[in-house]
Amino acid sequence: MSKPLLHVDDLRVGFATEEGWVQAVDGVSLELAAGEVLAIVGESGSGKSVTAQTIMGLIRSRNASIEGSVRFRDRELIGGGEAALQRTRGAEIAMVFQDPMTSLNPVYRVGSQIVEAIRAHGSEVSTGEARRRAAELLDSVGIPDAGRRVGDYPHELSGGMRQRAMIAMALALEPDVLIADEPTTALDVTIQAQILRLLERLNRERGLATILITHDLGVVADVADRVLVMYAGKVVEEGTLEQIFYDPQHPYTWGLLGSLTRIDRPRPRRLPQIPGAPPSLLDLPGGCSFRPRCPHEFDRCPRLPGLEGRLAEAPDHLDRCWLAPEEKRECRQVEGRIGLQEQA
Amino acid sequence: MGRFLVRRLLGMVAVLFAVSVLAFLIFNVIPSSDPAQRMAGRNATPQLVAAITAEWGFDDAPPQQYLTMMGNILSGDVVSYANRENVDDRIVEGIPATFSLCAGAAVLWLAFGILFGYLSAVRAGGWLDKTLTVVAVTGISIPVFWLAALLLNYLAYQTGLFPSGGYIGLTEEPLEWAYHLLLPWVTLAVLQIGFYSRVLRSNMLDAMDEDYVRTARAKGLSERRVMTRHVLRNSLVPIVTLFGLDIGVLLGGAILIEAIFNLNGIGQYAFESLKGLDLPPIMAIVLFGAFFVVLFNALADVAYAFLDPRVKLESGAR
Amino acid sequence: MSESLLEVNGLVKHFPVKRGLLISREVDRVRAVDGVSFSVAPGETLGLVGESGSGKSTLCRAVLQLTEPTSGSVRFEGREIAGLSRRAMRPLRREMQMIFQDPYASLNPRRRVGQIVGEPLRLQRVASGTELRRQVQGLLERVGLAPEHYDRYPYEFSGGQRQRIGIARALALRPKLIVADEPVSALDVSIRAQIVNLLDDLQDEFGLTYLFVAHDIGVVRHVSDRIAVMHEGRIVEQGPADRVCEQPSDAYTKRLLAAVPVPDPRESRARRADSRA
Repeated sequence: MSKPLLHVDDLRVGFATEEGWVQAVDGVSLELAAGEVLAIVGESGSGKSVTAQTIMGLIRSRNASIEGSVRFRDRELIGGGEAALQRTRGAEIAMVFQDPMTSLNPVYRVGSQIVEAIRAHGSEVSTGEARRRAAELLDSVGIPDAGRRVGDYPHELSGGMRQRAMIAMALALEPDVLIADEPTTALDVTIQAQILRLLERLNRERGLATILITHDLGVVADVADRVLVMYAGKVVEEGTLEQIFYDPQHPYTWGLLGSLTRIDRPRPRRLPQIPGAPPSLLDLPGGCSFRPRCPHEFDRCPRLPGLEGRLAEAPDHLDRCWLAPEEKRECRQVEGRIGLQEQA
Repeated sequence: MGRFLVRRLLGMVAVLFAVSVLAFLIFNVIPSSDPAQRMAGRNATPQLVAAITAEWGFDDAPPQQYLTMMGNILSGDVVSYANRENVDDRIVEGIPATFSLCAGAAVLWLAFGILFGYLSAVRAGGWLDKTLTVVAVTGISIPVFWLAALLLNYLAYQTGLFPSGGYIGLTEEPLEWAYHLLLPWVTLAVLQIGFYSRVLRSNMLDAMDEDYVRTARAKGLSERRVMTRHVLRNSLVPIVTLFGLDIGVLLGGAILIEAIFNLNGIGQYAFESLKGLDLPPIMAIVLFGAFFVVLFNALADVAYAFLDPRVKLESGAR
Repeated sequence: MSESLLEVNGLVKHFPVKRGLLISREVDRVRAVDGVSFSVAPGETLGLVGESGSGKSTLCRAVLQLTEPTSGSVRFEGREIAGLSRRAMRPLRREMQMIFQDPYASLNPRRRVGQIVGEPLRLQRVASGTELRRQVQGLLERVGLAPEHYDRYPYEFSGGQRQRIGIARALALRPKLIVADEPVSALDVSIRAQIVNLLDDLQDEFGLTYLFVAHDIGVVRHVSDRIAVMHEGRIVEQGPADRVCEQPSDAYTKRLLAAVPVPDPRESRARRADSRA
């Protein structure tokens, strides 16, 4: 097992807000190996975006407190100083964001924004050479007529092309890691499919390690190798794609999987649902954060479970639930649908 | 673009017409002594007054008077009621002073307004920001004429550091030209610096939260490049439009400052004409000023479309 | 056939693009809705699926006469309503209501929940005073909120709860038809099922007819009896929900369905291997 490219250890990110202290990321650890696609799944308040932005050093608020370790190729990024982080951004770890319309500067042409990325780290590339490379990059992400598109403004491109352009820009300096934060959420489903194929191709052809942040399990099933499920700032389950989808160990994961609609299966009479709502980070219950919504809560839950591998046959499949594996199998519905008990 | 300009030019004609009618109506309604009476002078006889009235058409119906005056203004023949001098000529004489005042002040206020706004935004919340905010708000609050009088009194009359007024042509004596304009430039700029720095600061703080700034950082750009090429660049666009509008207004004459510093520009001419309710110069100056406002309004729109490619000049496309 | 609650025929909504020097002339049109026909039977749910720019939101507004159709017919309970004056539409508004997509934008932040939900009742003079309060609190409970929420402001609620408030408001006048425009797209995944189930329950209890518009085919298929697929202002396919999803006949529909990611890794891999073969 090769050494991981990116190693996050016990990351904690909190913010002092007017209403109180918000612990957005509460002890998150993850590893990303070269060429791997890791999906981070979660809803609002789960902390997935803040985790990603902290890895990139984009959390700059004075009210933020960041603790823990983020190591890239054995280099510590947290507390290493802004200069070190800046060198890593774009060149070694790159990021694309959710809404390509607002994430590109509307007053500059797409080509010049890519050129800016190419020349960002004081490279000796000439402007002419950089422009040529920009057109090549647009072409490599599947934008037709790339030579002409280089001179377009962001608002002159369609949503899908804008996202491709963002990805091209992120790849300008051939980084080792790409973090994609909800890259397809703002796009139509047909365009989403194209972007996912693109990401998959980049991962396969260039060995580009990818962290894909999403709330859509369909997207996860399509491209991920490993999955991290986050809830209220903590990782509640971690495992391979197969493990998470076919042997999920945490009630929240069951709920997410159960409430999915599938067009290739007969319709359930009623959609299984998770009661309640994702908690406000200002007012978390003690112990397991999922407690108020969990139909299987019992007397151990007021104490926070550790994230551990509880399955002898799959030690790398971690979860944060006190239930024993046999109990979990009972609680889950099987036969093609994994989820909580159907609401009567 | 061509279509846009033609449309605007047509609009300009309509605006100027409306402005001239309004100005004429306003000054016709204000009760003042009979202009014929004033022209005739102290020892006027009723016959003299009647003769002047007939000659000048003061007994014509108002629409006729309006048409006569407009005709005169446009052909360059209009003459002041007060002193019989040619109004258009006098305006042309006043242009160098007014334009010099505006140009110099504009350079000052843009340079410092942008500098202060940028520093305030980049160091928002810190002591520099707080200091510059106080400076800006003070600048906005100080009455222009009071500041002018203050500077004139302490820096000119009492200490003799600066000349106490008057305008020297640029082509005659460049150094004297600048020397005489220094205090007026500063007076005019102070208010604008305060205003522009606040606007820029606010725009920049908004821009710093935008997604594309986050992308710029994610690319690994230095903080300075992020601030200048992304935050500042985008924040300057509304400043440019604002500037266009301000300049348009000022070119019609900065009345108070010109009067206090005795620059003999168009503003001062306006000041004197208003004091005497002398209608022909007032009309001519109003038209002159309106022309520049409309012109620079249009130019500001063009500049905006140039700086922000999302904006189309035509509002037709949905 | 006057059995339909809602019958739409050849509905067209074009937006003119004007150019001109002195006089604006129309040079082009945006054909948002370009000849749409469908019908909805009482108690049925018709799902309308389409991507951005398909015209589905414009269609909703044109059907409800919130925007005047360019041409075409909209018959509600047999009566033609297309092009009716605002005045004539007023009494009909009791029968048809809308639920909006963005729970954060569709509730007036300066009004209390009770006022928001009670406004339709007040405007249509159905109730006032304590009777109004009682009815509104009943509605709040019916959608899964508490009577005490009457006095709170929208900002105190989560997205899912706000959507419930919007649903309560739509229900207030006991309409026959509810047009739901992307009612769950802006909500967290774990909340969507709750709202979908709520709409389901309310349909049974109140005998509602739904026009359910969304871009998420999975959700649309779950709630709908019949589905219409919209593309560039036209309906390209219509039929029973299961049939449209399992045996689509139109090329665009097939493309749309093929693009939906399957939340099942083995299935997903198999599908991709198939398409490559």
